[in-house]
Amino acid sequence: MDGWTHYLSLAVETIFIKNILLAYFLGMCSFLAISRKVETSIGLGLAVIFVNGITVPANWMIREFLLGPGALSWTGIAGLGSVDLSFLNYIVFIATIAAMVQLVEMVLDKVSPTLYQSLGIFLPLIAVNCAILGSSLFMVERDYDFLESAVFGASAGVGFFLAIVTLATMRYKLKYSNVPPGLRGLGIAMLLTGLISMAYMSFSGINL
Amino acid sequence: MAAKGSLKTVVEPLGISNPITRQVLGICSALAVTVKLDTALVMSGALIFVLVGSNALVSVFRNLIPSRVRIIVMLTIIATLVIFIDQLLKAYLYDISKQLSVFVGLIITNCIVLGRAEAFALKNGVWQSMLDGFGNGLGYGIILVLVAAMRELFGSGSLLGVQVVPLSLYADQGGWYMNNGLMLLAPGAFFVLGLLIWLQRTVTGYTEE
Repeated sequence: MDGWTHYLSLAVETIFIKNILLAYFLGMCSFLAISRKVETSIGLGLAVIFVNGITVPANWMIREFLLGPGALSWTGIAGLGSVDLSFLNYIVFIATIAAMVQLVEMVLDKVSPTLYQSLGIFLPLIAVNCAILGSSLFMVERDYDFLESAVFGASAGVGFFLAIVTLATMRYKLKYSNVPPGLRGLGIAMLLTGLISMAYMSFSGINL
Repeated sequence: MAAKGSLKTVVEPLGISNPITRQVLGICSALAVTVKLDTALVMSGALIFVLVGSNALVSVFRNLIPSRVRIIVMLTIIATLVIFIDQLLKAYLYDISKQLSVFVGLIITNCIVLGRAEAFALKNGVWQSMLDGFGNGLGYGIILVLVAAMRELFGSGSLLGVQVVPLSLYADQGGWYMNNGLMLLAPGAFFVLGLLIWLQRTVTGYTEE
């Protein structure tokens, strides 16, 4: 491994070039629903960074030691070495995510009630956010190792945070403009997202 | 009366209360799989299957599911159906399932499926829920196919992989026509869907405050 620059370039690539929302369209539902207010979108963005940073490495471990091809060989039982349970990926990942969200909620409530207050209502929403499950599935598809998947998870969350806060600020400004009736709300948000996504495309080609 | 109500359950999501353009559900996959028409068709088929199945199952069990844990029960039902369809696609349509990559798996968190289970199947009978699932799946499919057709036509000049724009029109063959590369990229999807939403809402006269 070529040191920390490898992880830095992975982070930059995930945040800007392969932005989970603007290039892969994951998490659009909550992105459009929550981006009406800047404060709430910051809250949701932080919650996504937090949960994504935990669930992707957690799912990596589950895949490495339980579900992947030959993952059960550490048990030492003869027949288990060749078992491949990858088809269970979806159902186990979604269960892990739901459990993690519940756990994070409980820990936050105990440790930092103020943070819990600000993130509280968004945490349950996150369990069904496609960005979270999507990151775990991309982690499988791209074959990251443990550290890479931790970096990938957190920076995918940062990418989501940036995109949702950008759109929220734009929609705040939009209140004062005269949008054609049929385009109000979802329509104009979609076109704006297209423009943001074009802007992010100019990052492609950056290579650290 | 009952037949009329059933028809309404199926037809309404196609236009007036379309899941994508009106209810804002399931946008993620609507954008991601629409570069080409064939992936959009397969994706719509997979979604209709999962939606009808999950609505039916949730409706069957609706009186047994404790409301506190209903989300996770519904997710388990949906995930099971998705694993089933994923294995099926891998076995019979391997190339397309490779192109769809993670997006078949993401049907689990597709808000249409969970949204309809929560909003409709938990309160209605099995037959009605299946019709609702079918209607919403079809409404989703229509938007998907429209977006994909536009993106493939303008982006690659073809439909379902068959060249539609005559090759002699292209600039490098001495013509004037050029493919719009932007259509194949992420922003193109946002623009096409945004314009479709505008059209649908202007026709149905719906305004968001």
